[in-house]
Amino acid sequence: MTTARRISGTTIAAHAVLMTYTVIALFPVFVILINSFKTRRAIFRDPLGLPNEETFSLIGYQTVFRQGDFVLYFQNSMIVTVVSLTLILLFGAMAAFALAEYRFKGNTLMGLYLALGIMIPIRIGTVAILEMMVSTGLVNTLVALILVYTAQGLPLAVFILSEFMRGVSDDLKNAGRMDGLSEYQIFWRLVLPLVRPAMATVAVFNMIPIWNDLWFPLILAPAEEVKTLTLGSQVFIGQFVTDWNAVLSALSMAILPVMVLYVIFSRQLIRGITSGAVK
Amino acid sequence: MPAPSKPKTRWHIAVFLAPAVLVYTAVMIYPLFNTLRLALYAEVDQQRIWVGLQNFQTLFGDAIWSEQFWNALGNNAWFFLIHMLVQNPIGIALAALLSSPRLRFSAFYRSAIFIPTILSFVIVGFAWKLILSPIWGIAPGMLDAIGLKFLYQPWLGKEEYALTTLSLVSVWQYVGIPMMLIYAALLSIPDEILEAGECDGITGMSAFWKIKLPLILPSIGIISVLTFVANFNAFDLIYAAQGALAGPDFSTDILGTFMYRTFFGFQLQLGDPHMGSAIASAMFGIILIGVCTYLFGIQRRLRNYQF
Repeated sequence: MTTARRISGTTIAAHAVLMTYTVIALFPVFVILINSFKTRRAIFRDPLGLPNEETFSLIGYQTVFRQGDFVLYFQNSMIVTVVSLTLILLFGAMAAFALAEYRFKGNTLMGLYLALGIMIPIRIGTVAILEMMVSTGLVNTLVALILVYTAQGLPLAVFILSEFMRGVSDDLKNAGRMDGLSEYQIFWRLVLPLVRPAMATVAVFNMIPIWNDLWFPLILAPAEEVKTLTLGSQVFIGQFVTDWNAVLSALSMAILPVMVLYVIFSRQLIRGITSGAVK
Repeated sequence: MPAPSKPKTRWHIAVFLAPAVLVYTAVMIYPLFNTLRLALYAEVDQQRIWVGLQNFQTLFGDAIWSEQFWNALGNNAWFFLIHMLVQNPIGIALAALLSSPRLRFSAFYRSAIFIPTILSFVIVGFAWKLILSPIWGIAPGMLDAIGLKFLYQPWLGKEEYALTTLSLVSVWQYVGIPMMLIYAALLSIPDEILEAGECDGITGMSAFWKIKLPLILPSIGIISVLTFVANFNAFDLIYAAQGALAGPDFSTDILGTFMYRTFFGFQLQLGDPHMGSAIASAMFGIILIGVCTYLFGIQRRLRNYQF
C-alpha cells in the first residue's frame, strides 16, 4: 500500500517535470504559430491570445505569397536536400559495402580516412571551398551546395552503414555468388534491402542539418534564384521587420515542412539511436 | 602447366569506393588543407605572396586583431561552458525520467522536447528575440503576471547578458540531442544488472547514481566532445539573432562570426580570405586539441574504468 502510493507520487513528479519542460520547449513555436493567424492589432494587444473570429486574419500569408519567392525557396531547399541525401546514401552505402565486405590492402586505413570527417567540421575549409567553387564556376548554383552537403554527410554515413553491413549474413551473400550474381548485384539486390533501416537513420541524421543550414547558402549561393528557404526567411525577416504579419507567417511556413518530415521519420530516428547507430 | 595466375585486380572494390572517396577528398579534405595553406599567404597589389606565419603573428600580436580574437575565443569558451553545465545535465535528467519503466506518454514527451532541435536557427533566433523584446513585451508581461516584473531586462540588448541569453537559447534548442543519446544508452543497460542491484537493495535514485550513471559515462564523454565541436564551430544562431557584428558591441562574438566577418568583410571592414584562413586554422587547432584530449585522455580512462 505505502509502496504503491510512493510510486505514484514519484510518477506524478516525473510527469510534472516532463510536462513543464514540454511547455518550455513548445512555447515559442506556439506563440509564432498562433500570432501568424491574427490581425496586426491583435498581435500587439494580446500576443498570447488564441485567434478568434474577431482577430483571425490571413493577411500575413497573403503578403508572403504575393511578395516573397517562398515557393522558389522551398523548391530550392527541397532539391538540395533530396539530391544530397540520395548521393550520401548511394555513395555512402557503396563505400561502406567495400569496407565491410572485402579484405584488401589499406582497408583499415581507408576506413580511418573516411572517418576523419566525423569530428572535423567542413566549415573550417570554407575559404578554400569558396575559391574552388569560384574557379569551377559553381558559385550560386545548387550543385555547389549539394557537393558540400554530400561531402559533409558521407563520413557518418559510411561509419553507420558499414557497422550494419558487417551484420549481414555471409551465407546469404555466398549463396548469391553461387547463383552467379555479380558483386554489384549482391550489393544492390541482397545487401541494400537488408540495411534499409540503417539507411533511414542516416537520412534523418543528415536531413535536418542540411535543410536548416545557413552558413553555406549564405556563402556559396546567396543569389535570389538559388536561395534556400532558411536563407530566404533570414533575408525576409531583415527586409520586412515592420510587417509583423508577414514575418510571423513566413516563419510558420518555414517551420511546417521540417515538422512534417520529423513526424514521418521520428520513429526511425529513435530506432536508429536506440539500436546504437551513434555510439 | 600454367603458372598459378596471380590474383586478378578486383575492380569492383575501386568502383564501390571511388565516388565517396572522390567527393569527400575533393570537397572536404583538400579544401581543409588548402585553407591551412592559404593562411600562409597574403594579398598585396592583387598578387598572392607567401608570408609564412605573418598572418598568425598579426592575429595574436597586433592589438586590434588579438583583442577581437581573444574576445571571440573567451565568448566561445563561455558558450561551451554553459552548454556543458546546463544543457547536458538537463538532457541527462530528462532522459533518466523518460527511461523509467511504466512511464506513460514518454514518446510524446520525447518528441515534443526534441522539436526545437529540428527548427532552423533563423526561426529560433527570431522567436526568442520577439519573446524577450521590450517592445512586444511577452516576457515583461509574463513576469508581471507572476509578480516578478522587476527581474525583466532587455537581455539580448545588454552587453553583460546577451551572450549568456543566447547560450541559454541554444541550450533550449539543443537539449534534445543529449536527451536522445542518453535515453538510448540507458535503454541499452541490461535488465539483469539492474535486477542484481535491486536484490542488493539499490533502487530508485541510488540505482541511478550507483549503477546507471557509471555505465553511461562513455556516452556522456561522446556528448561532451560533440558539444565541444559543435560549439566551437557555431555561427548560425548568433548571426540570425544579432547579425554579423555580433552585437551589442561584439559581446556575443564567437569564432564563427569572427571568421565570417574577417573572410567577407562587413560594413567598414574589407574582406580578407587569408586572415579568414588564419582564423579557420586556429579553429581547426582548437577543435583538434579538444578531440585529441577526448580520444587519448578521457576515452581511454573511461575504458579502464568500465572494465
